[in-house]
This record gives sequence, structure tokens and C-alpha cells, in this order.
Amino acid sequence: MNKITKNNLITYGIVIAAYIILEALMLTGNLSSHLKGLLVPMTYYAVIAVALNLCVGILGELSIGHCGFMCIGAFSSAFFSKAMENTLPTVPRFIIAFIIGIGVAALFGFLIGIPVLRLKGDYLAIVTLAFGEIIKNVINSFYIGIDSKGMHFTMKSAMDLEMEADGNVIVNGAMGITGTPHNANFTIGIVVLLISLFVVQNLINSRDGRAIMAIRDNYIAAEATGVNVTGYKMMAFTISAAIAGAAGVLFSHNITTLTASSQYFGYNASIMILVYVVLGGIGNIRGSVIAACVLYLLPELLRGLNTYRMLIYSIILIVMMIVNWSPGIIAWREKTFGKSGLLGLFGRKKEVA
Amino acid sequence: MALLEVNNLSISFGGLRAVDNFNIQIEKGELYGLIGPNGAGKTTVFNLLTGVYKPNEGIIRLDGEDITRKSTIEINHAGIARTFQNIRLFKNMPVIDNVKVGLAERYKYSALEGMLHIGKYKKVEKEMDDEAMRLLKVFDLDGERDYLASNLPYGKQRKLEIARAMATGPKLLLLDEPAAGMNPNETKELMDTIALVRREFDMTILLIEHDMKLVSGICEKLTVLNFGRVLCQGETREVLSNPEVITAYLGE
Repeated sequence: MNKITKNNLITYGIVIAAYIILEALMLTGNLSSHLKGLLVPMTYYAVIAVALNLCVGILGELSIGHCGFMCIGAFSSAFFSKAMENTLPTVPRFIIAFIIGIGVAALFGFLIGIPVLRLKGDYLAIVTLAFGEIIKNVINSFYIGIDSKGMHFTMKSAMDLEMEADGNVIVNGAMGITGTPHNANFTIGIVVLLISLFVVQNLINSRDGRAIMAIRDNYIAAEATGVNVTGYKMMAFTISAAIAGAAGVLFSHNITTLTASSQYFGYNASIMILVYVVLGGIGNIRGSVIAACVLYLLPELLRGLNTYRMLIYSIILIVMMIVNWSPGIIAWREKTFGKSGLLGLFGRKKEVA
Repeated sequence: MALLEVNNLSISFGGLRAVDNFNIQIEKGELYGLIGPNGAGKTTVFNLLTGVYKPNEGIIRLDGEDITRKSTIEINHAGIARTFQNIRLFKNMPVIDNVKVGLAERYKYSALEGMLHIGKYKKVEKEMDDEAMRLLKVFDLDGERDYLASNLPYGKQRKLEIARAMATGPKLLLLDEPAAGMNPNETKELMDTIALVRREFDMTILLIEHDMKLVSGICEKLTVLNFGRVLCQGETREVLSNPEVITAYLGE
């Protein structure tokens, strides 16, 4: 028990230390404005990596559409913030935006989970993949506006909203939502990351978390041991979707024009997050946070190298894979640094537990 | 009244009548053996008792309660726990957590308390730890509490599976070939463990086994299955000297 608490505290410590260092660099003017702009994205990618690791590593179900939940969280919260921009003061509005983004994403996670989690095998991967694409395309055809008469909705065009002169188009089809208030900053991103880490790490060490991992390890035995397999799968998947929704709220409140584009919410973006999870270690929450931060920043920091950028990036991916998963290196690492040594930061949870 | 009462249980897979008109009565505290040649339907009977398969006909009563068409989970909550022929542990979880999964139905706190580690969490977890350690001590696994289940030696994995089943607080324990793949020493140790479970928990046990030394050594009553039908039923000694049983299963 003590070892687990210590392990969790190390994770929080790493995040807080990184925050203090970056914040100090920022205040002393040692951070370029380009790098400053990367800090919030870094936090929401870390948050969604934690969410996906709960689904892939702890529940053991492959989801390759997690960006879809992020997309839902982003749009539902941005819609709320934009609509209430002049009605509510910033702090309560942003808090409610979080609740809405998380809630709507969780609701969708629950709805998708109902048909899919009763199945076994690769079905979840296929359906989540489709879900991510569908949600992106559906949102792209939404037109929603508000005027003195109330809310207007159509799927044709902004003109078809037929609004009064004082009307305000909030969601404008493929042009998305423009001018969402910039409420997210690095500090809030870190707080959200810490909260999601707290929830997920605590969950893992509770009776529900053990039931979820039991299903992952052997669902037949889990059933025979009295574990409500479908119920716990739903629970884990919904929580995972909710956390992805929180990442979406950060996303939408940090960007001027929010569009449901492939670049942010498409298949490739979901795979990129899966890469963070796999390289950080499946089932290792701390690893996915570190991997998400490092792998998000690297391509940006390597921009100076122009043509060689992607070459170096892919070499780093391969090296990380080898360091993390090769049995020979794992043995060497444990011998040299001990089980929780420096490189053990990346170590798979399986080896530590 | 018998603890487990099974009447006219039958199931067919396609044209094959895997279990045909199976009857059994197990009294509280008995150690009952289910034997028979390979393919006789022994494991199918276990799967029917635990709700993995639903029978075509027949009725299963546990302690007077009809559990015939209930799900595996409900049957476990009603009081039947089992182990598997091929060990099925939660391999990537520590030994103690394997047992705590079994305890979860009896030691509860809400999901929110679990996620935030507030309220009853600390108290209930402490009680679970104590109870799990008590169980592990009985099975001589307390020294390996933090090992991953997959790193245990074979004999201890079998023991852990029984410990996990016992953690669910069953009335009836089903053991599916517990001695499979064990050498004579390990089998001897297993017999001691089973005897210990009976003594310590006052448990009723139904087991499938091919190892006749184990069967004749500890079982009080036997049912012999052959081609899905009951060939013979009764006291161990009588059953094992029955000429029909000898021809069908034991050999001359």
C-alpha cells in the first residue's frame, strides 16, 4: 500500500516540478513565445493520454477514436462559453464549461459503450474508429445561432438559420466556433492534469479499479469471481471519455478558431495519442504523461533542423520503444538503476508492481 | 435438505447430448467427487452449475434457492465459487489483489469514495487487507503477497485460485481438476490444502479429478459420469469396486 502511495506521489511531484521549472523560465523571460504557445497543448495531450491509458492499459480495450470524445468536449464547452460570454463572469462560466464538456463527453462514452462493450475482441477498436470520424463530420455540418427569439439550428447553411438582425451565429458549419474566450492557461492545464491523474491513480487502487483490471486479465475468471463485467467496462470507458472531454475543454478555450478538422480530431490524431500511451508503457499512467509531453514537444523543438526533423523524430520513437520494451534493456535497467531508478520513470508498471 | 440439489439436468450441443438426465445431491460439509473418462461431460456439469451454459432441462437448487437460469455473476453471489482446469488467475495483478477482487462483493464503498479515496475508503480497504492476509496465511501465500500472480510457481497458483474462490464467501466450492499437471508431492500438498479448507471454513466441496489416489484419499462420495449419463453414484468405496465403473473408467 505504502509503495503505491509513494509511486503516486512521485507522479504528482514530477508534474509539479515540471510546472515550477517552466513557470520560472517563463517569468524570467527564458522561454520563446513559440514554446510558450506549446505549453497548454502539452497539458491537454497529457490529459488525453491518461484517459486513453485508462481505456487501453487498465481496461484492456483498444480505442482508436478518443479524439472524438475530445472533440465533443471541445465543442459542447466552447458553445456554452461563446453563448454565455456576455452573460456570466469568467470564473463560473469556465467552471460550468468544464462540467458541460466533461458531462457531454461522458454521456457519449456511455452511449457508445452500451452496444460495444458487450462484445469481445476488436469490435471496440472498429466502432470507436468510426465514431471518431462520424462525430467530426457531423459537427462539421452543424449550424447553430442565437438571437432574441432563442436558438436556431440547421444542417444546411448559415443563411438557413433565418435569424433576426441581432442574431449571432455560434457554430458555423465547417468554419466551426470562432472567438471562444481564451480562458485556458498553463496553470489551469496543470491543475486539470493533476486532477485526472488523481482520479485515475486512485481508481486503480480501489475495489472498482481492481475489478476493471481483473476483467482485463481474465474476464471468464472475473465473472466467476462475481465481478459485474459489463458494468465495470462501462464505468471505465465512461470515465475515460469524461477525462478526454476535459482535455477537449482545455483545447477549445486555448484556440481562436475551433474547427472539427482532421488535424486535431481525425484518425491520425487518435493514433498519435495511442503512440504516447504505447511508448509511455501500457498501463503505466506516469509513463504516458511523460511520453505525451516529450513526444509532443520534440517535433516542435526540432523545427530548426528542417528536413531532418521527422528522421530524428522517428529515430527517437524507435529508441524509446527499445528502451521501454526490450527485455534485455529492462533487465539491464533494473540491475543498474534499481526498480525505481531514473530510467525506471518510463518502466512498465508490470515490472514495478 | 441438501445444500446442492440437481434434478434431471440436460444439455445438448447440436445433436450431442453432452449431459443427460444428471442428478446429484450434496449435503452440507460433504466432499464429493465427480469422475469419469475424458469427454464424459464433467466440466460441462460445472459450467451448467455456474451458469456458463444454460440447461435445456432440469433444475438446480442451492440451499433451497432455484439458481437454474441465473447468470454466472448472480450464481457466484448466491454462493457457488469455482476454480478452472487451466488456471485462470489475474496474472498481471499482485497476489493480494487477486484475493481482494474476490472480497469486493462483501466489502463495499461507492465508486466516488474509491476515486477520491475519501469516506469509508481507508477503513474498508484496511478490513479487506486484513481479511485477504488471513486467507493468504491459510494457504501459506502470505509471504508472496506482492508477487505478480504469474510469477508464482504452479502449485501456489492453484492455491491462489482456491484462495480467490474462497474470498467470495461461497457455500459450495467447485474444483475442476485441481491436481492436473502436478507431481505426486504437489498432489499430496494439494490434498492437505483441500482438507484444510474443509476444516478451516467448514466448506462443502465438489471436485472433478482424474488422480484416483486423490479421489479415493479424500472424497466421501462419488458420481461417475460416462457419455453424459450417471453411471454410478454413492460411497467412494462402493463406487470404486463397482464392476461397471471398473470396465468403463478404471480398467481391470
